[in-house]
Amino acid sequence: MRQAIPFCVFAALAIAVQMITALTGTDYFLTQITMSGWYALVVMGLCMLMGYAGQISIGHAAFFAIGGYTAAVLTTMNLLPCKNGAFVKLLSGMGMTIAGTNSWGTDILYLSPWLSLIAAVLISVFTAWIIGIPVLRLKGHYLAMATLGFGTIIYRIALGTPLFGGADGLSDVPPFRLFAGLVIDGSRTHRLAGYYCAMAMILVVIVMLSNLVNSRAGRALRAIHGNEEAAQAMGIDTARYKLNLFVLSAVIAAIAGVFMTHYNGGIGPAEAGVMKSIRYVAIVAVGGMANLWGTLVAGMVLNFLSLRGYFGSFDDAVFGAVLILMMVFAPNGILVKRRKRQ
Amino acid sequence: MPLLEVKNLSKSFGGLHAVRDVSFAVEQGMIKGVIGPNGAGKTTLFNCIAGSLQPAAGSAVLFDGGPIHRLPPHAVARKGIARTFQTIKLFAHMTVLENVMVGCHLQSRGSLMAGMLKLPYTWKEERTVRAAALELLDKMGILSLADHDAAHLAFGQQRAVEFARALALKPRLLLLDEPASGLNIHETALVGGLIRRIRDSGVTVLIVEHDMSLIMSISDELMVLCFGQKIAEGKPRDIQRDPEVIRVYLGEESCSA
Amino acid sequence: MSLALIIQYLFSGITSGGIYAIVAIGFNIIYNSTGIINFAQGEFVMLGGMIAISFCHYMPLPAAIVCAVAITALVGALIEFVFIRWLKKPNVLQMVIITIGLSIVIREAALNIWDEKVRSLPYFTGNEISSIKLLGAYISPQVLWVLFTCAAIVICLNLFFSYTLTGRSMRACSANRTAAALCGVNVRNMVTLSFMISAAIGALAGCVVSPIAQTHYDCGTPLAIKGFTVAILGGLGNSTGAVAAGLILGIIEAFSISLLPSAFKDVVTITILLLVLFFRPSGLFGSREAGALKEF
Repeated sequence: MRQAIPFCVFAALAIAVQMITALTGTDYFLTQITMSGWYALVVMGLCMLMGYAGQISIGHAAFFAIGGYTAAVLTTMNLLPCKNGAFVKLLSGMGMTIAGTNSWGTDILYLSPWLSLIAAVLISVFTAWIIGIPVLRLKGHYLAMATLGFGTIIYRIALGTPLFGGADGLSDVPPFRLFAGLVIDGSRTHRLAGYYCAMAMILVVIVMLSNLVNSRAGRALRAIHGNEEAAQAMGIDTARYKLNLFVLSAVIAAIAGVFMTHYNGGIGPAEAGVMKSIRYVAIVAVGGMANLWGTLVAGMVLNFLSLRGYFGSFDDAVFGAVLILMMVFAPNGILVKRRKRQ
Repeated sequence: MPLLEVKNLSKSFGGLHAVRDVSFAVEQGMIKGVIGPNGAGKTTLFNCIAGSLQPAAGSAVLFDGGPIHRLPPHAVARKGIARTFQTIKLFAHMTVLENVMVGCHLQSRGSLMAGMLKLPYTWKEERTVRAAALELLDKMGILSLADHDAAHLAFGQQRAVEFARALALKPRLLLLDEPASGLNIHETALVGGLIRRIRDSGVTVLIVEHDMSLIMSISDELMVLCFGQKIAEGKPRDIQRDPEVIRVYLGEESCSA
Repeated sequence: MSLALIIQYLFSGITSGGIYAIVAIGFNIIYNSTGIINFAQGEFVMLGGMIAISFCHYMPLPAAIVCAVAITALVGALIEFVFIRWLKKPNVLQMVIITIGLSIVIREAALNIWDEKVRSLPYFTGNEISSIKLLGAYISPQVLWVLFTCAAIVICLNLFFSYTLTGRSMRACSANRTAAALCGVNVRNMVTLSFMISAAIGALAGCVVSPIAQTHYDCGTPLAIKGFTVAILGGLGNSTGAVAAGLILGIIEAFSISLLPSAFKDVVTITILLLVLFFRPSGLFGSREAGALKEF
């Protein structure tokens, strides 16, 4: 089980970091680390897409936003006025609604976050599927522009639609009560829960994606990246594989969006913006195009620094510069595993 | 019934008629060679059969009696047709073993989900595929290169990997596009022997080649293309003596377009 | 809708369409000589406007514009020299990411040099409230300046590429780099020149449209997307097509405001971009097979 070592190291590190922050009284770092963790999920999915399957996507923030906004819209809908309607009664009977109070102290009845999670996954699958079919037939510049265009459309919709809160976004998103007292929200009491939830999700995702890389499907994807024409000659339905991977990376991003929204208690249109998408691409570039662990490390580090404000007002500029430097000097990333040579 | 039947195949690119009304058949178990001067349309012909190009209306390609000319390349591969390429198209950033394992793609069925969750049935499949790939490498004599990066091999070794990868599909028909190009005399002779062994194992071979000694010695039948048209077909000895063919290759006049 | 209103929308559409066409021509020039899509193209327009605005406090307007164009051209040359020139065989993905990174850096640099305030050049003739009555609609004289400048740029470029030695050398480079080099054309300099020309025309467009559309540090990116849409719509590399496509897109966009909330104006353009990419990537005026051939 030598392959399990990196995963154990990661788990150990996660626990160690938490202990250290507890001992040194710097618990507040955990908040940014947790948020970096949710963002890291997005880049890991993107790493598979860009690095292993060779499909560039400069609009991936759109899927994060789709997940987050779905969660926000569905859980901030107050169903109390319709409490006696048949549909609401049905949902309540199934335990799909939750009674609570919002931050202004009024009683509300809202949809269970589990339902919104499922909805977010379904919507992101549908969108990725619809967009993916035409977009993934494109290559190079055209693919880049199409994904950029898609991301911008989602951003404009988020910005310009009153239902989504316009420029202010949506707030007052209720906590996500998972199970056994594990609650995802922004409060200090649940900080540990949020942190370990994020770390656990990262572990699950990276295990699954690592499995994928070395599986038959993963080989097919790498073959598509290596030479698409030859891959087709091997019997691989390249269009279907690219689409499935695109949808998978979209779902991962959407799930990350859901959890981040509950953690932050809200979401804004900036999460769908081009700058966020570019940030994700920059992180994949730094971590190594086809290197899951490298991307994870780069994602955690860069996002943490950004969230803590170390880049100041040059935040976007830093990621832009990173992109340029990476592509010019180290197109395969700087955290690349050295391949076995004989 | 012939294994492969090509009927009235035509393909043009704008004003250029790359292949014009070509018809021929390949019987099961034979090695059929296709020769012709450069630009005769040989690779275009291959691409139309393999599915990467759509032939013009009125063309038909039948494999085992069933039409395949409207199928995309991966569906053609599924039918049991494997091909190699004129320029070597090995998968970059993958080892030699992984390249051949991709060739075994159709022999297993693990899906994306199954791969991610590492379901039990995939464990056995992986072992089987790996063993099959290693066996193929052994047959080609390049087992020692299994873990090498496929891009960093000598040219002759890359060709061997391509062969192994195509054979991994367990094809009934093998399309070889200039397999000896870039090889020296010794390597070419080895390729000849390999192709004969492949035929003897039951695989039908359609081969395009410029190396006359190779193709004359291994082909059961030859077809000559010039400017997209078939100008001769028959046994190698007869082709060698065909005046039209001689004129095309050596003569002062070129074929009329 | 009254005729006057239609004419109004039409002029508005032609104005913005002309600017999009200039950006698209800039894309085409660089694409033709290098095969790169320069995502930073929109930033040249922004830079031209911003620099001219800063300079016009110290010198008469025409001088400020000339300086802005010259400086932006130098920026273009600098970009080519530092980032593009010595890249060895970059693949498409690399180039896309590099130029995106460049556009971000330029934008952030602009934010820090100037600030996020919206500015504009003074009107070339008249002021904000002067208007000319044309065909029943009231338009600002600046609109005529924009149209005149766009037409002048297109005509001058056509003359340059058809009748001057340098222009023909550039066309030779775009058709076949190796052959051009063998004929004694300094290909590397031609590439730098193409960046300079693209930057210069972008800057000029930025100056002339600044009074109407205002300039701010962020105005480059939407222009790049729209310019790219126009370039694709007209057939990538085909600048006559770009002019036609620019006018078409500008007019469609202008009329869409009457139907949709203005926040969705960009959505219309991007939808058109996506439709073109999906169904006819060779553009309205490019033929499918000639898409591989490049021409100015």
